[in-house]
Amino acid sequence: MNKVLMQGNNVIAEAAIRAGCRFYAGYPITPQNELCEYMAEHIRKVEGGVFIQSESEIAAINMVAGASAAGVRAMTSSSSPGISLKQEGISSMAACELPGVIVNIMRGGPGLGNIRPSQGDYFQATRGGGHGDYRVIVLAPATCQELADLTMDAFDLADNYRTPAMILADGMMGQMMEPVVFKEPKRRQYPERYMLKGAGEGKSRFIKGLILDQSDMEEHNWKLDRKYQVIMKNETRFEVYRAEDAELMIVAYGTAARIAKGAVKRLGDSNLKVGLFRPITLWPYPSSELREFSRKIKNFIVFEMSTGQMLEDVRLALQGFADIDFYGRPGGVVPTPAELANVIIHRYKKSSKKKELC
Amino acid sequence: MKKVFGRPHSLKTSVFHYCPGCGHSIAHRITCEVIDELNIRGITIGVPPAGCAVLAYFYFDVDMIEAPHGRGPAMATGIKRVLPDRVVFSYQGDGDLTAIGIAESFHAANRGENITVIFINNAVYGMTGGQLAPTTMLGQKTTTSPLGRNASLDGYPVKLSELLVPLPGTTYIERCAVNSPANILKAKKAIKKAFQCQMEGNGFSLVEILSPCPTNWKMSAVDSCKWIDEVMTKVFPLGVIKDTPAAGKKTGKTEKEENAG
Repeated sequence: MNKVLMQGNNVIAEAAIRAGCRFYAGYPITPQNELCEYMAEHIRKVEGGVFIQSESEIAAINMVAGASAAGVRAMTSSSSPGISLKQEGISSMAACELPGVIVNIMRGGPGLGNIRPSQGDYFQATRGGGHGDYRVIVLAPATCQELADLTMDAFDLADNYRTPAMILADGMMGQMMEPVVFKEPKRRQYPERYMLKGAGEGKSRFIKGLILDQSDMEEHNWKLDRKYQVIMKNETRFEVYRAEDAELMIVAYGTAARIAKGAVKRLGDSNLKVGLFRPITLWPYPSSELREFSRKIKNFIVFEMSTGQMLEDVRLALQGFADIDFYGRPGGVVPTPAELANVIIHRYKKSSKKKELC
Repeated sequence: MKKVFGRPHSLKTSVFHYCPGCGHSIAHRITCEVIDELNIRGITIGVPPAGCAVLAYFYFDVDMIEAPHGRGPAMATGIKRVLPDRVVFSYQGDGDLTAIGIAESFHAANRGENITVIFINNAVYGMTGGQLAPTTMLGQKTTTSPLGRNASLDGYPVKLSELLVPLPGTTYIERCAVNSPANILKAKKAIKKAFQCQMEGNGFSLVEILSPCPTNWKMSAVDSCKWIDEVMTKVFPLGVIKDTPAAGKKTGKTEKEENAG
């Protein structure tokens, strides 16, 4: 497969179609419109492909739930305010154990916020997002190539664990263009027995999330939790960069991690020893992998395009074994690698001074 | 001996949880009779609502999937688009269809989704204990309109069936009631016609059923049936509201074929 130059939003749509997505429903919202538009043009060209521009985000996610139950790979996409609307349906899909992929191309918030790239939806994405005791698998790509790869993986993960999976990117990822190579998708392995296609001559089945008996509901919660424990054990992903002799480590994901990588590169010629830890799965969070680094490294800087949300997961992961500093640019501001590099230099010196004082 | 009456095959043997005098069980039964008569049990997929009929899957012996409150038509849309040769219906109450889910209902109808909606109108929120519904009568006392529905504060009864008439995507809409044997037979006929309409690919069909709720109306079952005739039908007149089968006729083409022109 040749390299193609494509915009992030289009990459997600193309990767989804290649991964066998045959149902897309969505509602226009900036900065993810190109995804919706690409689907409108291309998914119907494929046998069995369905595109619906829904009346709302709420309708879109419920159409996806219906299509998923009917047995196809289904996806919806939106940006922050629209994802809030989808939460009812995502919670319902988690309860009913329906696979499906949700794409969030985050923008500034809260409220209508703005249409600039932001990372303010981390809490919403990684804590389930809707009501009830559940989690959503969250993948955070940092390049267009990863948008392609992780979108395909999201469908596999959603199927394997029969649960919704989310691509959490931001307006920067959605709007940028980069060369991409689409890998060969895996064959879908999703048992017919989970699909609702009419009972035929056999026994009828139903899919439901309403469990009125509290002990049955408790058991359902534990059943979901056992599944989440398996996901936590098997599916964490992360990348480390220049961590070998690092004395200070930046923790960042998505666009922020790209900026951080640029900053770390810039500092490569200096005598500062800075590394980068980039979680690729935000839930499950690569906590123990991050904690491992605190054996050697005692200073961490969390960098996010928010006022500090992943920061809490880093604190939970490091359990007080290292100092954690935070640098955030919320509201749609995208700092340059040079700006971040300056912040790193400043804090690095502060931490070395502290060390000398000890 | 010739069997003249029996339980429909597509109705499970579970005992209904509905209150005495409730219309849901009748609506379930006649829908199941229709499913049997059309011989579509194996290809039917139902979408029960949130509300009193949330447990419909304990009664209907067809594949079913629960929808969040009001989202039945959206979920049915997803299923039907993926499986166009199945018979897909959503079963919804007045709160589900005309309040929280009115956007989903209206737009599924406007797209001419080839699905059937069974719409139970009992002028009240049943499961939550008798609150005001969009279909509550003016002056009707509910737990959230304790002095009676006041138009200037609570608005007017919503006539959703009539609202859907101008939409070209809708093909068959009828309002029935299940308050007398004659009306029950008519309701069954309407449901059959609506399913047939779907099977012929005509587009969106809806059967509204005025249904007694003695518990929340605080009436006897007999008085409830009378109240439907004397009060409800004055605002919600019975009869065929729209019957233009050809209007929304589906081409039968896949989206790929439609896309190619």
